[in-house]
Amino acid sequence: MQVILKGLNIVNPIQNLIEKNDLLIKDGIIAKVGSISDKEFSDSKVYDFEGKYCSPGFFDMHVHLREPGREDTETIKSGCNSAAAGGFTGIASMPNTEPTVDTAEIVKSITEKSKEHLVDVFPIAAVSVNRKGESLAPMAELFEAGAVAFSDDGVSVKTASLLRSAFEYSNMYGAPIIDHCEEESLADGVMNESIVSTILGLPSIPTIAEDIIVHRDIAVAEYTGGKLHIAHISSKKSIEAVREAKKKGVKVTTEVTPHHFTLTDESLKSFDTNLKMNPPLRTRDDMNAILEGLADGTIDCIASDHAPYASEEKEVEFIYSPNGIIGLETELGLALSELYHKKVLSIEQIVEKFAVNPRKILNIEVPKIEEGEIANLTIFDADLIWTVDKTKFKSKSKNTPFDKKLLTGKSLAVINNKQIFIDGKFSEI
Amino acid sequence: MSLSSRHLIGLQGVPAEDIQSILDTAATFREVLERPIKKVPTLQGKTIVNLFYENSTRTRISFELAQKRLSADTVNFSTSTSSTKKGETFKDTVRNIEAMKVDMIIVRHESAGVPYFLTQVSKANIINAGDGRHEHPTQALLDMYSIKEKIGKIEGLKICIIGDIAHSRVALSNIYGLKALGAQVSVCGPLTMIPKGIESLGVKVYHNINEVIKTHDVLNILRIQLERKAGTNIPSLREYHNYFGVTAERLEKYNKDILILHPGPINRGVEISSEVADGPYQVILDQVTNGVAIRMAVLYLLGSMN
Repeated sequence: MQVILKGLNIVNPIQNLIEKNDLLIKDGIIAKVGSISDKEFSDSKVYDFEGKYCSPGFFDMHVHLREPGREDTETIKSGCNSAAAGGFTGIASMPNTEPTVDTAEIVKSITEKSKEHLVDVFPIAAVSVNRKGESLAPMAELFEAGAVAFSDDGVSVKTASLLRSAFEYSNMYGAPIIDHCEEESLADGVMNESIVSTILGLPSIPTIAEDIIVHRDIAVAEYTGGKLHIAHISSKKSIEAVREAKKKGVKVTTEVTPHHFTLTDESLKSFDTNLKMNPPLRTRDDMNAILEGLADGTIDCIASDHAPYASEEKEVEFIYSPNGIIGLETELGLALSELYHKKVLSIEQIVEKFAVNPRKILNIEVPKIEEGEIANLTIFDADLIWTVDKTKFKSKSKNTPFDKKLLTGKSLAVINNKQIFIDGKFSEI
Repeated sequence: MSLSSRHLIGLQGVPAEDIQSILDTAATFREVLERPIKKVPTLQGKTIVNLFYENSTRTRISFELAQKRLSADTVNFSTSTSSTKKGETFKDTVRNIEAMKVDMIIVRHESAGVPYFLTQVSKANIINAGDGRHEHPTQALLDMYSIKEKIGKIEGLKICIIGDIAHSRVALSNIYGLKALGAQVSVCGPLTMIPKGIESLGVKVYHNINEVIKTHDVLNILRIQLERKAGTNIPSLREYHNYFGVTAERLEKYNKDILILHPGPINRGVEISSEVADGPYQVILDQVTNGVAIRMAVLYLLGSMN
C-alpha cells in the first residue's frame, strides 16, 4: 500500500523544517520526501493537500478516558476516535478511572486495548494507591508496565512529604510527576472567586488555592531535583511562579487548556454547567497572563483535560454538576482561531505546543518527517472555517461549551500505525 | 402598569420604574389585606407551582397566602432533597412540571442560577424566591416597601446591610434595588463575611458597627446562620454579638432615629438584642405583612403580562 500526499507545507521544529513538499508513504513508512509526480506511482492513492500544513502527529498529554469504570461516557476506543478526529496521533490518559490506574495490570490493559488503533495511548499512573495520598503506588512496576508519568489528577498530591518521595522515586526513571494544583482547604467552591462570583452568588475558589500548591510543588521539585509538570495552569501568579522557577533551572513544565485561553468567568453568567470545570474559568487578567505565558514559552504545551460526562450528569443544578468538559475535537480549532490567527503564536509554535513539547516532557520520541521514518503525521488547514457540531463528535460524550461556535482551522487528516483518518473514516495505508 | 420582563429573577438591572410599579401596586394590595374579606379574583384560573427545594417557612407561606388572596390555584412542592440526588436530572423535573401546564413557578433553590435556568426551559412566569447566595428579589422589595412606608422615601437615604454578606441572597437584591431608587447603600460585617469585589457595585464597606449606626438612616440586619460553623468566619457568636450586634445601648448612644429591618428569622442575642427586636426602632413584623402585599403585586403584575 502506498499513498502520496501532495502540496504540503511541512513543519517540524525539531528538524528546523519549514518547506513545501510532497510525501510518499509506503506501508506506513515515509518513503520519499520531495517532488513526486503521480504518474511515477500510478498505483498510489493520491491526496491533494495543496497549501495545507503537515507536522509530526499532535499529542494531547491530558485526556480522561473513562475505561475502566465509566464506559458509558468514553471508552479507550471512542476516546482514541475522538483524538484522531481532533488531529491527534497520541494521547496520555489520566489514571482517575474506576478502579484507579495503580497496578501494572491496568496499565497493560490500557495499552493492550489501544494497540490496534491509529492513536497511541500512553497511560499516566497514579502517584498514590487509589489516589488517596497515603502511600506510594508501585511506581517502578507501573513504569515498567508502560506508564509515562505519575499523577493523582483530580486532586493534588496530598502532602509535601508524599510529593517529595514521589519525586525522589520517579527520578530513578526520569518520569515526571504531573500535579493538579489545588489547596483543598480553599477549594470549596464551584467557580473562580472574583466580582463575578459575588454577583452570581456561587461559592467560589480563589486563585491562591492553585498558587499555593504551585509554589509548594516548585519548592519540592527544586529540593529533590524532580521533574514537575503542572497540569492545566490557570492563574496569573502561578504562571509567574513557573516563569521564575524555569529561570532558576528548576525542572518544571506546564500546560494550559483551550478553555482557559478562550473563556473567562464572565461567561458563567449563563449558568451553563458546561462552563463548570476545575480549575475554574478565571478572569481576563489571568487569561492575558496565559497568552503571555504561551508566547514566551513559560507554558510548554496545550492539553485538553478532555473530561467526558453523560448528559444526565451535566443537566443538573450548577452546584451539583461535576467539573469538566470534553476538548479533543475542538482544541486545535480553538488554538488556531485564538492563538495563531490572533498572532499570539506562529505555526511553528503551535506545532511545538501540540506535537513536540508534550512528547519531550513524557520522554517520548518526537516523530521526524524524513525518508525511512514511521509516518506519524497531522495534516491541518489553518484557514478552514467550520462550525462546531457536537452531534458529529466521535467522543461518546457531548459536554462542550463550544457547540455551534465558528472556528478557523481544523485537522484534515492524521496518519500513524499504517492507518489514515480522513473525512471521518479510518483506512489502512 | 406593566413590567419590562415577564420573570422576576433578581433586581440586578431591573429599571427603577418597574420597582416603583411593584411598590405602588403593593400599596393597593396592602389595603386589601386590611379588609375583613382579604380575597380578590385577580388571578382566578391561574395555576401556580411553589417549587421549594430548601427549607423555608415564612417565604413559602407568604407566597402561598399571596396566591390564595389573588384566587389562584396553587400546588406546593417542597423538598429539601434535590431530584438530582434522587437520580432525576433537574431538566427532567422541570419538563414534568411544564407538562402539567402551569402558569407561574415560584422557585427556591440552594444552587444559584436555577430560576434563570427555568426561564430557559419553561414557558411559565418564573419568580425567584431565593437562589443560593445570588438573589431574593421579593425580600428586597418588601424591605424597600417597609422603608418607604415608615420614612416616606428611599432616595437619598443611607442604608446599611449588616451581617454575613458573602452568604446572603438578600444583600445583593437589596443593593441593586435600593441603589436603583437612589439610596446610598453600604455593607457592614467582619471582613471574612464580605464578598470579593463588592465595592465595585458602588457599596461602601464598614466593619465598625458604632460608626455605621452614627452615620446611617436604616439598618437591614441579616441573620447569622447558626448552622454555619463558628470558628472559620467568626471566632464565636459571642464575639460577633459584642462587635457587630445591634443593641439598644448602641442605638441610644449613637442614633435614636434609626430604622431597623430584619428579614428574619431573628437570632436574639446574636445579630440583634431582644430589646431592639421588640423595641420602637424596628418594623420586623410590618415587613412580614408587607411581604404578602409585595408578593401579591409581583404575582399580579407578572400574571397579567401573558
